[in-house]
Amino acid sequence: MNDTDARLSATFRLLQQSASSIADRTDLLFTGMLLLTGAIALAICATIVVFCIRYRQGARVERGLVGRKLGLEVGWTLVPLALFIGLFVWAGHDFVRLYQAPEDALPVYVVAKQWMWKLQHRNGRREINELHVPLGQPVRLVMSSQDAIHSFYVPAFRLKQDVLPGRFTGLWFTPTQLGEFHLFCAEYCGTEHSRMIGRVVVMTPADYARWLASGPQEPSLAQYGFALFRQLGCSGCHAAGSTVHAPSLAGLLGRQVHLQDGRTVVADENYVRDSILLPRKDVVAGFAPVMPSFAGQVSEEDIQALVAYLRAGAAP
Amino acid sequence: MNTAAHPLGGDRTAPRTLGMWVFIASELLFFGALLAAYLAGRLHWPHGFGAASRHTHVVLGTLNTAVLLTSSALVALAVACARHHAHRRWTARLLWGTASLGLVFLAIKGGEYAMEWREHLFPGPAFALREPGAQLFFMLYFFMTGLHAVHLVCGIAAVAVFARAIGARRAWADAERLDAVALYWHFVDVVWIFLYPFLYLVERHA
Amino acid sequence: MSYLDDGHTLRSWLTSTDHKRIAILYSIAITAFFFVGGAAATLIRLELATPAGDLVSHTTYNKLFTAHGIIMVWLFLIPSIPAVLGNFLVPLMIGARDLAYPRLNLLSWYVYCAGGLVILVALALGGVDTGWTFYTPYSTMFSNSWVTVTLTGVFIVGFSSILTGLNFIVTVHRERAPGLGWFRLPLLVWALYATSVMLVLATPVLAMTTLLVIAERLMQIGVFDPAHGGDPLLFQHLFWFYSHPAVYIMVLPAMGVVSEIVPCFARQRIFGYRFMAYAILGIASIGFLVWGHHMFVSGQSVAASLVFSLLSFLVAIPSGIKVFNWTATLYKGSIRFDAPMLYALGFVGLFTIGGLTGLFLASLSLDVHLTDTYFVVSHFHYIMVGGAVMTYFGGLHFWWPKATGRMYPETWGRIAAVLVFLGFNFTFFPQYILGVQGMPRRYHTYPPEFQVLHLLSSAGAVVLALGYLLPLFYFAWSLRHGRVAGPNPFEAKGLEWHTPSPPPTHNFDTPPQPPERVYDYDPTQPRGTPA
Ligand code: HEA
Ligand code: HEA
Ligand code: HEC
Ligand code: CUA
Ligand SMILES: [Cu+2]
Repeated sequence: MNDTDARLSATFRLLQQSASSIADRTDLLFTGMLLLTGAIALAICATIVVFCIRYRQGARVERGLVGRKLGLEVGWTLVPLALFIGLFVWAGHDFVRLYQAPEDALPVYVVAKQWMWKLQHRNGRREINELHVPLGQPVRLVMSSQDAIHSFYVPAFRLKQDVLPGRFTGLWFTPTQLGEFHLFCAEYCGTEHSRMIGRVVVMTPADYARWLASGPQEPSLAQYGFALFRQLGCSGCHAAGSTVHAPSLAGLLGRQVHLQDGRTVVADENYVRDSILLPRKDVVAGFAPVMPSFAGQVSEEDIQALVAYLRAGAAP
Repeated sequence: MNTAAHPLGGDRTAPRTLGMWVFIASELLFFGALLAAYLAGRLHWPHGFGAASRHTHVVLGTLNTAVLLTSSALVALAVACARHHAHRRWTARLLWGTASLGLVFLAIKGGEYAMEWREHLFPGPAFALREPGAQLFFMLYFFMTGLHAVHLVCGIAAVAVFARAIGARRAWADAERLDAVALYWHFVDVVWIFLYPFLYLVERHA
Repeated sequence: MSYLDDGHTLRSWLTSTDHKRIAILYSIAITAFFFVGGAAATLIRLELATPAGDLVSHTTYNKLFTAHGIIMVWLFLIPSIPAVLGNFLVPLMIGARDLAYPRLNLLSWYVYCAGGLVILVALALGGVDTGWTFYTPYSTMFSNSWVTVTLTGVFIVGFSSILTGLNFIVTVHRERAPGLGWFRLPLLVWALYATSVMLVLATPVLAMTTLLVIAERLMQIGVFDPAHGGDPLLFQHLFWFYSHPAVYIMVLPAMGVVSEIVPCFARQRIFGYRFMAYAILGIASIGFLVWGHHMFVSGQSVAASLVFSLLSFLVAIPSGIKVFNWTATLYKGSIRFDAPMLYALGFVGLFTIGGLTGLFLASLSLDVHLTDTYFVVSHFHYIMVGGAVMTYFGGLHFWWPKATGRMYPETWGRIAAVLVFLGFNFTFFPQYILGVQGMPRRYHTYPPEFQVLHLLSSAGAVVLALGYLLPLFYFAWSLRHGRVAGPNPFEAKGLEWHTPSPPPTHNFDTPPQPPERVYDYDPTQPRGTPA
């Protein structure tokens, strides 16, 4: 514990230690830009200083009107243009990767509310304002908010994602260092925004497995989702033997769905959320829009559990 | 305003109605923001918006469109008459006609609002429609038509003031100023031409 | 008779339609608001000197930075250069008698004051705690503060912006002295013209957005709140559609002022005049298309983020052209370092740093780390305080003799300029480092390891405050005791210098003859030789 405190209060370091698989790439871009823009800023400032000294009033130098220099003008339009396109491509390339979570990523479900983080692991283990993850294993957060907008920010991972009410957003990373790292809420969300902080604990896989098993024995998220699925009556329509003509939900997530109005969408978490809360929004082709809305009957956590259950693939 | 007695001359190549054009450009963005909200809402809630738009009173809306178009024609005629010495005296009459049509529009619109009030289409706890998005549609409906009505009231006032001034042969009521007023009137009309299909016609076919 | 002597009663000021008097009215109101916003900043910096929240409560802190942002942006910086310097100078610079609609001009001042008062009332009642960005659904559903009143004030102030913009556009088109073509206009006029276009086109969107937020708050209808079926990102799109152009509304006039000061004190024609003019137009038009760069982690689609990022890089190119051209203007000149020049050179340096860090934020993957940290806070203070406010002060010094007929004390002027420059860097440079290390913004309390840098920043703010307070005193002093300036103490070339200082009510006794070319300086001629 003590050495963590020491680390948290580590003295001056420009780039905090980088602890995720993407952090090094971000740092590389940062360093590159720092060198480039630093050189440009220095060059401009130096030129100004040199001109100011050399051409100060009273100095004995050759002065005179300077005419148009088209080449120069075009030059300092086109060179920055080229540099900028390069930077854009570089940063954009890294950015797109942030949204391509690996298939095997460990899902963790996150609910943000004023002013705390509630997290739940696949086996049902819950935690508040802390996130335990295994080293070297890709982790994918599925996040939504119960009230205002929040933002999940781990500086050591160089990652941040706003957490919105009414829809899921995602974030994935692979921790590359053991230790504890700050977790901040980075989007202003009201009075105790600055208290909505916590820590991310990266453990060895063995420690993590032990930790995961040590908590109070709760049903896993998918089991809870299955219970809900029965309780809310979803199974009444969606189960195999049902008399209602409703689509099978087996293996739904990631599948392409053809809709009544001709569109085709890939079923993701937000699609399931909308199906539960706003069934009329995307009606599946070939089915009558008879599914009732469950808005008001299910909490954020319930929706996440249902998603987890459907994702687990065992659904009818 | 002070330009007539400008002691320094000046580069008067730009038209006198420039100020009005700039104003209209600005006005467009007022409605533009609402329109953006409307389009976003429609993408999000195609059904709610469709269902809600079927509750607007399309007959009255169409009638109002005709009324406004006619008024625009009258104001255009008034401008034309003001340019021809022989027809000058018609200008005031045509303007009064324009203003009255504006009032007719408002009266019809008021009747529509009253009906909508009785049908519980005002957003709020007692709102009649259950489809998600329908309330948003009606909120935007009242916002846009309300803003349009405010503009129309200003337009009616301006046209009426002008009609009186021309009747009383006031010097400031010249053809160029009338141009600006007419421009404004046309603008209010054009805004309606955009609102009408968005609010009344969109889902009628279904 | 000078415009200052044209009536000494309060009434003669409050009912005057003279653009010069209205400029003075604006300057008084704006200065007052600057110090209110500055007081809030002072309290923020005091609180942040320690990691714990020991000075004010959470709620108070949140209300402080909100009030600071709202006042500084809408009541100070947006109107500052346009409504004060622009009002005073545009007619003079184009050889006109007044703005095209003098009464509208006075009206816009009253509207501004009315809006400002409403905002002050909201503050007095207890303030707002939403941040100047009013993000939904926090502002519509969760905040228990005076959101509606404040937004009403912002709504009203917006109309004053629109009226000023409209007036400038028509004035520049119609009131130019005979023979004064577009490419002979001073760049400040170009900049104000472009600013006006942005004001006229962007402000209405803000006005409607505030109305929608108010309606949602009062009626609980979902426009922005997903719990009622709205879309919170829609608010962000609408807000930034206005507020990104607004940042160029704040910086373009400053660029214009710098383009007046640098040639004058370097005795050199501005380098690349036409490129400078086109760059202004480029910034103003591309500036409308980059708003999404504030939303890279908000949940907007990846494709949209890519487009907004690319456009953000593109909008930086004309800014670069301007920086390079100011630098080149110094070449082979004959440079003197009066206070206005010190401010202008400070602008070039600080704007460059602020702008270059804007590129870090425009870089998608880096912004994921940097957004909503002190890096952003520092970025915009470098441009807005180091850039625009410095230049506003520079402009005040430059045209002070024209407006009042008296010189400010030069030595004090230079001391203040240097204090502001040093204090500024001292305050805000540490914030870049804080941001890179991950310090989130809008944090009332923070982990102890950030304290050293916060403390540095707070210390710098003291120096900065001194630098801002000084001019207040010596400007007041100079009104009575300053050296009499004469029509053109800096031997500058604009048309505004062709009339006595302070100018007569009707601006020019004889119609001014626009010079053959704008910025007709000559570095080989020693100062003091009659042109
Ligand atoms: C006057 C105000 C002003 C100005 C002019 C700018 C100018 C720029 N801004 Fe800034 N910005 C703000 C005020 C301003 N900004 C504010 C207030 C916010 C935060 C709002 C909030 O959230 O509260 C913000 C936030 C902000 C963000 C969002 C950050 C976030 O919240 O995640 C981004 C992202 O792209 C950005 C980018 C830029 C860019 C690319 C420019 C460019 O226009 C800069 C161009 C200038 C240069 C680049 C320097 C000179 C150029 C050269 C010398 C060329 C040569 C260089 C090379 C070849 C490398 N700004
Ligand atoms: C034009 C705009 C402008 C200007 C000029 C300034 C000027 C200053 N700003 Fe501000 N700032 C913003 C626009 C501006 N700011 C915006 C938009 C935000 C974001 C708000 C948000 O997040 O919603 C912000 C946020 C912001 C923060 C971040 C708060 C947070 O995220 O938690 C900080 C922190 O240091 C800060 C500091 C300062 C300082 C020290 C000055 C100094 O330059 C000010 C110096 C001036 C003075 C000091 C005045 C002198 C007067 C006195 C000394 C009298 C004092 C009287 C008493 C104390 C009674 N500003
Ligand atoms: C009254 C019957 C009924 C009930 C109860 C019901 N559904 Fe449905 N559901 C349907 C029908 C019919 C469809 C297909 C038409 C449509 O998309 O609206 C459907 C579609 C779906 C879809 C989209 C399927 C696809 O293939 O794209 C999902 C996901 C879903 N339901 C989940 C649920 C969940 C979770 C519950 C319980 C909380 C539930 N449903 C309760 C009838 C029902
Ligand atoms: Cu949650 Cu800030
Ligand atoms: Cu921006």
